[in-house]
Amino acid sequence: MDLFPLWNSLRIAGLSTALIFFAGILSAYYIARCPRIIKGILDGVLTLPLVLPPTVVGFLLLRLLGPRRPLGAWLLQQFGLRMTMTWWSAVIATSVVIFPLMYRTCRGAFESFDETLAAAGQTLGLSNTYIFWRIRMPQCRPGILAGTVLAFARALGEYGATSMIAGYTPGRTATISTTVYQLWRTNDDALAFRWVLVNMGISLLVLIAVNLLEKRERRR
Amino acid sequence: MGLSVDVEKRFRDFTLCVRLETEKGTLALLGASGCGKSLTLRCIAGIEKPDRGRIVLDGVTLLDSERRIWLAPQERHVGLMFQHYALFPQMTVAQNVMCGARRSLRSAQREKAVREALERMGIAHLRDRLPGQLSGGEQQRTALARILVSEPRILMLDEPFSALDSHLRFRMEQEMRAVIRDFEGPVLLVSHDRDEVYRMADRVAVMENGRIRRIGTRDEVFRDPGTRTGCMLTGCKNISRVRVLDAGHAMATDWGITLALPLRPGTDALGIRMHSIRPGPGENTFRCRVTGVVENPFSYTVMLRPLAAPGSSETIGWEMEKPVWKALRAEEITVHFPMDGLLQLKG
Repeated sequence: MDLFPLWNSLRIAGLSTALIFFAGILSAYYIARCPRIIKGILDGVLTLPLVLPPTVVGFLLLRLLGPRRPLGAWLLQQFGLRMTMTWWSAVIATSVVIFPLMYRTCRGAFESFDETLAAAGQTLGLSNTYIFWRIRMPQCRPGILAGTVLAFARALGEYGATSMIAGYTPGRTATISTTVYQLWRTNDDALAFRWVLVNMGISLLVLIAVNLLEKRERRR
Repeated sequence: MGLSVDVEKRFRDFTLCVRLETEKGTLALLGASGCGKSLTLRCIAGIEKPDRGRIVLDGVTLLDSERRIWLAPQERHVGLMFQHYALFPQMTVAQNVMCGARRSLRSAQREKAVREALERMGIAHLRDRLPGQLSGGEQQRTALARILVSEPRILMLDEPFSALDSHLRFRMEQEMRAVIRDFEGPVLLVSHDRDEVYRMADRVAVMENGRIRRIGTRDEVFRDPGTRTGCMLTGCKNISRVRVLDAGHAMATDWGITLALPLRPGTDALGIRMHSIRPGPGENTFRCRVTGVVENPFSYTVMLRPLAAPGSSETIGWEMEKPVWKALRAEEITVHFPMDGLLQLKG
């Protein structure tokens, strides 16, 4: 059994989760303090990938990044970057799909933060950076952790947008979910079943990790 | 030296417009909730940015909208104790207090300052506890230690006892008075509790709807609260509208009685505290029917309606010690309203 899909799935999910970890936190933090109208617009746009079918997201990404589309063509010409049919195009697709999960859970966490704590820190002379990292973040950590785990789990399961923009090339872009589909389609149920077991194993590990984290949070 | 404030901030349905000066000693901002007293503290601390105005503390300009000066809260050296203390939940008592220690000090000195502050507030044995494991009084002591260690130029207390149980309240008030006595700068106390204000403040500012309606020494304000709201906030429960009859007489329309009382120009209401009413003859004497008696733990409140008044008039409360009422007890009784007990009010 060629383990490439496992490795590919993990690196795509890991990288995209790492990317949206920072993007989600920062956009949540800044958007939470925007004026109401701007907040509403940005909120709608950024949450869209959550409610759109992944194939629609994939289609839109292809329109944007395809080698014959303006942005895709420009990137190809200027930097020799091919934005589709590579493993890292799957990272882009996955990031777009999981971003709203991280963004929304973080925003919830930031909005429930008691602002008088930050105000108290300021009057005591603590720098805004210190307040952000040492007071705001620890308070919001359970929410941020939950968002990260949700995003990672969703990233592992990403199929629609990934299959459209990265396709299924064994040894190059194949992930667990695209492999399972491909094997089932070609009547290789036995191998498909083995990949299903692998996927269930990873999901189980994620769930155990979540439970352990929650227990540790409660003890604090 | 001292604090000088002149700020204005507009909201959709509320405007804060506060002007006050104070020096060493405690100035209480007395007002109902939503009158802008906490907001005033937040403006001084720099957490809230006024639309225009000027704030000077100990000769340092914290805010001057004309000269475009606006110091960040971190640069103001003000101590603000929040209503619920705003202790950092994931830090221990010692770490919380350490957050207040001046960053210009070396770490050994900071440790020492923290230790001294903890000892002074009597919470040294709690140094490794988290705020969630503390009682209300201990939380307040921690918050106070955290503020004192930062050596603020002004101490601002936002409803300091409202989060405490009543039996704790009195003890913490004692401790707070000791802290205030040793404090070098001005102290601002925000409260809606007239007893607390009376016990703790040297001067009182009555706030209403974003403005200070009356400011003066504690005794001046309690003797002559000036406005209807001020009268109620200082604990007077008998208030009637009033109309001038002639130079020496006035008609208290809600009570239905005529008083021999020269009104100051502009007066449109009268108040009399429940303790100020006296039995027996004297000036402004009224024969009253007793319409009800309320028994309090240590006193009686007797509800009176003057015989001359129409049935629709409001009753007047009269509070006295238990033995006094036991000796007087009657269906009808004559009382008089002493001149210095009558509060002349505007608006």
